[in-house]
Amino acid sequence: MLLPTARLTTRRASKIASIRFFMGFISIPKRWSHIDAVHRNTKDNNPSVKFEFNDKNSQEVTKIIAKYPEQYKKAAIMPLLNLGQHQFGYCSIGVMNEVARILEVPPMRVYEVASFYTMFHRKPVGQVNVGICTNIACQLRGADDIYSNAKSYCKSEKNKDGFFSLEELECSGACANAPVAEINNIYYEDLDKDSIIKVLDDLRIGKAKPGPFGGKRVSCEPEGEKTSLFGKEAFDIRTVTRDDI
Amino acid sequence: MLSRTWKSLPLRHATFQSRSLATEANINPNRIHGGLKDSDRIFQNLYGYYGHDLKSAQKRGDWYKTKELVLKGDSWLIDQIKKSGLRGRGGAGFPSGMKWSFMNPPGWEKNPGPRYVVINADEGEPGTCKDREIMRKEPHKLIEGCLLSGRAMNATAAYIYIRGEFYDEYLILQSAIDEAYKHGLIGQNACGSGYDFDVYIHRGMGAYICGEETALIESLEGKQGKPRLKPPFPAAVGVFGRPSTVTNVETVAVAPTILRRGPDWFSSLGRERNVGTKLYGISGHVNKPCVVEEEMSIPLKDLIEKHCGGVRGGWDNLLAIIPGGSSTPSLNQEMSGKALMDYDGLKDVGSSLGTGAVIVMDKSTDIIKAISRLSDFYRHESCGQCTPCREGTTWLSKTMQRFVIGDAKPKEIDMIIEMSKRIEGHSICGLGDASAWPVQALVKNFKPLLLERMEQFHKEKTDKVQYGGWVKDAKVFDGRVHGLPHDFHH
Repeated sequence: MLLPTARLTTRRASKIASIRFFMGFISIPKRWSHIDAVHRNTKDNNPSVKFEFNDKNSQEVTKIIAKYPEQYKKAAIMPLLNLGQHQFGYCSIGVMNEVARILEVPPMRVYEVASFYTMFHRKPVGQVNVGICTNIACQLRGADDIYSNAKSYCKSEKNKDGFFSLEELECSGACANAPVAEINNIYYEDLDKDSIIKVLDDLRIGKAKPGPFGGKRVSCEPEGEKTSLFGKEAFDIRTVTRDDI
Repeated sequence: MLSRTWKSLPLRHATFQSRSLATEANINPNRIHGGLKDSDRIFQNLYGYYGHDLKSAQKRGDWYKTKELVLKGDSWLIDQIKKSGLRGRGGAGFPSGMKWSFMNPPGWEKNPGPRYVVINADEGEPGTCKDREIMRKEPHKLIEGCLLSGRAMNATAAYIYIRGEFYDEYLILQSAIDEAYKHGLIGQNACGSGYDFDVYIHRGMGAYICGEETALIESLEGKQGKPRLKPPFPAAVGVFGRPSTVTNVETVAVAPTILRRGPDWFSSLGRERNVGTKLYGISGHVNKPCVVEEEMSIPLKDLIEKHCGGVRGGWDNLLAIIPGGSSTPSLNQEMSGKALMDYDGLKDVGSSLGTGAVIVMDKSTDIIKAISRLSDFYRHESCGQCTPCREGTTWLSKTMQRFVIGDAKPKEIDMIIEMSKRIEGHSICGLGDASAWPVQALVKNFKPLLLERMEQFHKEKTDKVQYGGWVKDAKVFDGRVHGLPHDFHH
């Protein structure tokens, strides 16, 4: 037989449990991890799931820390988080805690950095993370259609295994080659609403070619006829260097 | 076609002479700028024709007599840059020589320890894509520029803050740095001059605000990229608490060529006070978008017609041009025809050169949607430090989204202007201002369009829609409003 106090505790505990059970049905708005600043423990992403840098990356860690002044080890938070993210797949709380441990800073300093920058994914992303720029320069050349096509592709049967994850990006800084998709940090340029599907198909079989789509140009030069830099050889500045140096 | 354009220009040039008091009269006002010769181009490998490794770079003259330049000493270097009239290429257009000289105030030697040059390669201004081309095709110009500007500022190291998305560019730049170290061009006893100088790369992680100099410094120190209040200016207390200067990639990358060819060559290009060459990135509704190096003060129309095959559907099909990246006010067709692409020329027509990122919009553009997209961008990129900016950008973006479909009352146009005025000038950095300007320019230039769209919307929806875009059958759940006629971005 239980003591009265103990009985009370169990009753209270069961009440709390029922509230928890009820709370399970309250839907939490789904948002991008960089918008949602809150961390919620999940089965795979909680503080008890530890993370460690592998041997190769541990050497890299030492190299990175050496780049910054000794008393400012903290400056290595961003590169280390990025390294951890690469190794683990996303920036889990385990990765953040490990970085905090290595750099001897309070974990909160790392959390606040991780939640500030959009390139740290604090929730799992697909093996191929597709980012489509829809900012003004890309939008003017049809990025909205590209995004909606990519969205329906990622929701379709073709992406049943969650191989792709999709993100809408702000300006990617390749506006002369708009519209662009930045896929796992590689740029695919000069796209249109059909070619994005082709790129995604090719990515699946590992044959996608980065750079401007369709081979019409190599990089940022105007298509077709040259308008500058006509020479076969580059102009040599040594020929016009001043004499007094 | 081209010749006609050239002939018609002097007249336009002559009739347009509204100048502010600060600008001096032009020495040669009738010369039409542009038509830069290939031999005057600084970035010979802009299109990647000639290779970006050290050997090909040296063939073009990079690292030639760098030792002699380093040995000339700080005051000579700064003096040469001052004489050349180089102005910062990152947007503000501050004279570079003067900026560099702030690092050497009288008695700077009494403050021993490291001093830094920080290169701002966090290129994220919508429309801007010039620094990427420098980093992936002319990395050695940038590294040499780091060394020379570092010598001028008596710096011990340079940090290149490159945006995280530029992974390829980072690899190329890193391999170029490794090459330079291997050949003794930087590091201990750089180029055999006895000067020690290191170059490091720090990758950003996708925050536009880190392009602001103090936010960049914060980010480099491993914190959230939130701008600091100035003073103290970075030249006094900068990165890691040491004197530092943040400069744009292009400013630094052009410095070696200026020093080699002499300031007179550089200042012979472009109008007075706006001298030199500039990388322009033209995007949007042109036939052939591209990045091109041209002379300063080239007429905007010439730039587009000569290098980009003209506006889609002809010049008459032009609606508006944003001449210097998203933060600069847009120009209508008439103003675009008059504009000269330099600091003063664009100031005269009520805009600014910014980063030289020309975004062209033809008549098929929904300008309200385009500006609304920019408002979304600023909302997303506001760091959240200053309340007027954090809340204001959200308000602007929400209101603009309603304006896109016309779901607003005419009174709200005045309200959005008032709101933008409350943001402008009330934040630590310029992001608040930048978010307000496109909206203000939109109302200034396209108010009838806004009104027309509202009228049309209310004709269709009768009086169902109330102030703030609220409708009677809207519901709030999951932290957002459902059942509205418009769809919020995030």
